Amino acid sequence: MLHITTLHYLVLGAALFLLGVIGVLTRRNVVIVLMSIELILNAVNLNLVAFSRIWGGLHGQVFAIFVITDAAAEAAVGLGILIAFFRNKETVNIDEVNLLKW
Amino acid sequence: MLIGGIMVITRKNPVHSALALIVTLLAQASIYLMLYAPFVAGVQIILYAGGIMVLFLFVIMLVSIDRSMKERQFNSQWVVGLIAATALGGLFIAVYTKGPSIFPDHVLPIVENDNTQKIATMLYGQYMFAFEIASLLLLVAIIGAVVMAKKKI
Repeated sequence: MLHITTLHYLVLGAALFLLGVIGVLTRRNVVIVLMSIELILNAVNLNLVAFSRIWGGLHGQVFAIFVITDAAAEAAVGLGILIAFFRNKETVNIDEVNLLKW
Repeated sequence: MLIGGIMVITRKNPVHSALALIVTLLAQASIYLMLYAPFVAGVQIILYAGGIMVLFLFVIMLVSIDRSMKERQFNSQWVVGLIAATALGGLFIAVYTKGPSIFPDHVLPIVENDNTQKIATMLYGQYMFAFEIASLLLLVAIIGAVVMAKKKI
């Protein structure tokens, strides 16, 4: 078995980040876009905790806890906006959000 | 974890995506355990997989998905999106192959059994201000979410 270095955790975090970015950019369903944003936040958390492991102090883990808290607040507000949007337009399609289009 | 991530972004049914995301979050909690961070793993399972994903499933239940499952699934700008994501991936590959020397080698600090105590000391000591601000943020988010989802303001 190969020795798991820090680089492996960082590459895994980068791969998750890429998957989240692809999900945000290419899906039409708003709920799945919000879930891809949660994927991005998780990738960042993984990077934070991996670096906290090398450098010894627990600052990275405390920051990761704050990021999780923040993600909870943002998911709640985002889903509230989604419900308001759905009530107005009866669809969860991002392409229908075009009132500000010029 | 990567398989869960791929399933999140490619499934047609949003409930399948939500379940794949739960699998991804649980796998990430186990990776946190590998990194000797048991408190963050516990917080992740309780808060993220047990709180946020339940919220997502409730909203998926409220928003009618039968019509959205019959439509086209991928965006009209998916080509540009994939090109941008490939550029970002190239950037990551450039960083990670050119310099494994920037990231220091795997130094093993002495791992003790009081991870939770140390995090608590740090949260209430050094990061006390951020802790209070985070609670204020949660209060504002609760009020905001309730106002956004009301029928009449």
